[in-house]
Amino acid sequence: MLHTFIAYVEDRPGVLARVASLFRRLNINIISLTVGHSERPGVSRMTIVANAPEHANAETGNRIRASLYKLEDVVEVDDIGRAPAVTRELALIKVSATASNRSHIFELAEVFRARIVDLAPDSLMIEITGVESKIEGLIQVLNETENRVLEVCRSGKMTMRRGKHSSGVLRAMGAGDAEAPKPGIHPPKTADNFADNI
Amino acid sequence: MTNNIDKDNSHLTTPTRLTGSEIVWATLVGEDVTEVFGYPGGAILPIYDALRKFPIRHILVRHEQGASHMADGYARASGKVGVAMATSGPGATNLVTGIATAMLDSIPMVCITGQVSSKVLGTDAFQEVDITGITLPVTKHNFLVTRAEDIAPAIRSAFQIARSGRPGPVLVDITKDAQQNSAIFDFAAAKPRPYLPHPMLSVIDSRLADAAELIRNAKRPVILAGHGILQSNAGEQVRTLAERMQIPVGTTLLGLGAFPASHPLNMGMMGMHGESWVNDAIQQADLLIACGMRFDDRVIGTPSTYSPNSKKIHIEIDPAEINKNIKADIALVGDLREVLEQLLPLLPGRDGSSWLNAIESSKGTAAVRDIRNLPDDGHLYAAHVMHDLWRITEGKAIIATDVGQHQMWEAQYYHHDHPRTLITSGGLGTMGFALPAGIGAKVACPEKEVWVIAGDGGFQMTSSELATIAQEKLKVNIAIINNGYLGMVRQWQEFFYDRNYESTPLVSPDFVKLADAHGIAGLAVRDRGNLEAAVQTARSHNGAFLINFMVEKEDSVYPMIPAGKALHEMIRRPGHNPLVEKPEDE
Repeated sequence: MLHTFIAYVEDRPGVLARVASLFRRLNINIISLTVGHSERPGVSRMTIVANAPEHANAETGNRIRASLYKLEDVVEVDDIGRAPAVTRELALIKVSATASNRSHIFELAEVFRARIVDLAPDSLMIEITGVESKIEGLIQVLNETENRVLEVCRSGKMTMRRGKHSSGVLRAMGAGDAEAPKPGIHPPKTADNFADNI
Repeated sequence: MTNNIDKDNSHLTTPTRLTGSEIVWATLVGEDVTEVFGYPGGAILPIYDALRKFPIRHILVRHEQGASHMADGYARASGKVGVAMATSGPGATNLVTGIATAMLDSIPMVCITGQVSSKVLGTDAFQEVDITGITLPVTKHNFLVTRAEDIAPAIRSAFQIARSGRPGPVLVDITKDAQQNSAIFDFAAAKPRPYLPHPMLSVIDSRLADAAELIRNAKRPVILAGHGILQSNAGEQVRTLAERMQIPVGTTLLGLGAFPASHPLNMGMMGMHGESWVNDAIQQADLLIACGMRFDDRVIGTPSTYSPNSKKIHIEIDPAEINKNIKADIALVGDLREVLEQLLPLLPGRDGSSWLNAIESSKGTAAVRDIRNLPDDGHLYAAHVMHDLWRITEGKAIIATDVGQHQMWEAQYYHHDHPRTLITSGGLGTMGFALPAGIGAKVACPEKEVWVIAGDGGFQMTSSELATIAQEKLKVNIAIINNGYLGMVRQWQEFFYDRNYESTPLVSPDFVKLADAHGIAGLAVRDRGNLEAAVQTARSHNGAFLINFMVEKEDSVYPMIPAGKALHEMIRRPGHNPLVEKPEDE
């Protein structure tokens, strides 16, 4: 069963190793992990997709989330679960192409709403964003139409809950001052209702 | 760099320029540290050089593992944060077993290690090892400090992390150049940000009410008393809960002493080597109230067969423990004492006599394990030693045990009425723990009588710390339970490996002579008749004393739940005395 977590972590050396080490200790495989800056200064945002073992149950997500919170560098964890969320992945795909068959690939790219971002005499590079199945669909079509795929670079999943106001959004809207962190002070860890989840 | 470190510690109140090494000690002084266990070496020499200016006692160990176990024993006995110190590379890696021991048992500890200069970090410099990487899975948190100005904030954070929430060990690795450089030391400014409780900690009134209703309506409730009672000083609250609601109490190994052994509601220890009536009561219960315990596999047997008909209320500070091994019907996630203080007003009282009587009557048939009352047949059993030690010390001594048969016998026959009187490695099961942990306990509580109880196997893992006892002139009494085997492993071989005693017979040195070589007095005891006199000699001796108890070789710990079995499927001690018969006769 796949679990998707959003983790806000402090932007410090070794944080990625701590998070990765936690999953290793729990014997849970990480399917994808993306990290980048978040809306909060000094805080990075991770999207972690993990494959819990077969015997895992509904509580596994809670346990992983609780364990992530035990790491000192972790500020906030959201277990996306089955909540409505937007998930995207970016892929760069390099395909062998000559002047004779380029236009065919251009057509394919257009169908998938992908973009050609580099063109060389014997290859071209396609940029595509979307859900996993869309990216895999393009790669499959490229392979099946005898366009040799030379390289694939995928970012891993990025996920954001739909409509849920994060503290950053509230701040931008001029509301939720109570949640807004004071300058230079660690942002407050939000207390979700854990006991209701079990 | 020379500084005037004032004897009145005024540098703690006035920002002063100090070297990194001085900052280390100044911060420790500010955190009320008075004793440090450690071993110097190249990469931590600047710190040791600065020690003479500070009012901290340094106890030189013989192996860094000893330092981390001593800091651990110190913390368990006193409730304070224990501090261990070691140099880089092999010094730091030798700490790891002690750190893991503290991690598994949630012991507050701060380890300070020297590291090679930041300029050569990552070059495989002499005695360089990535100790923060190595200890990542066995510390609550760790720090690599490369600048003098970061030392005080890191150490102060380390203390806060170690003692807050669910306690645990924290390591601070400090490069040599950070120790040598100087910075303004401002103790107050280095204060860590306020402790933020785990965000999933929340006790909701409606869940409290549900829990209270379950407790009020339970016919066969049992309280499971764990280490968390000691950690959160909740002994009084648990006692109130048990007494007011007339609920019997079973304790975990680390929970021994958290609820008085002599209390009429205390049934005894649960789990693999627990009392059979405790395990039976748990199996028959309709409600378990787990207080600061984590349903360790040694406590529950197989999860699927554990107390099948009961509701479970799990009161625990670490949300990651909820539903890990046993599904909780109601989880009250929070500090045990705070949760109980909220819960108790909802519990007016209850008549539990029929359930208590049922448990009491089940005791009668299960008491066959009690071999201390057998007539003296010339055999000296470990049970005799434990029972007499308990009787003679009136149960008031701090006992540090190793891991194995003697540990379980201690848990069965030494009745702990007082908190923090049992120092034992429960989670990691670390052989070699007893002697250094006992030293740490003695340093923490010099006025208390301290007994180290070790097996002949485990004792040899850290017996070099006898020299530490001698050097520090510590009054530590040592009882070696010597059966010539790695006893618990032999017992498993007997039960599960067809008596193939592969590599468990153990040749030991003459422990009394070994003690003598360290200037420590000792004697050997082979007969039950000499037991009491020997213990009294040890107690009245002015200085450390070692007794080598030559006990029955092939005695086993009963009762026992074989791995993979349910709690009620215990192997009981045979009704006859198996040890005076040939194994073939059984």
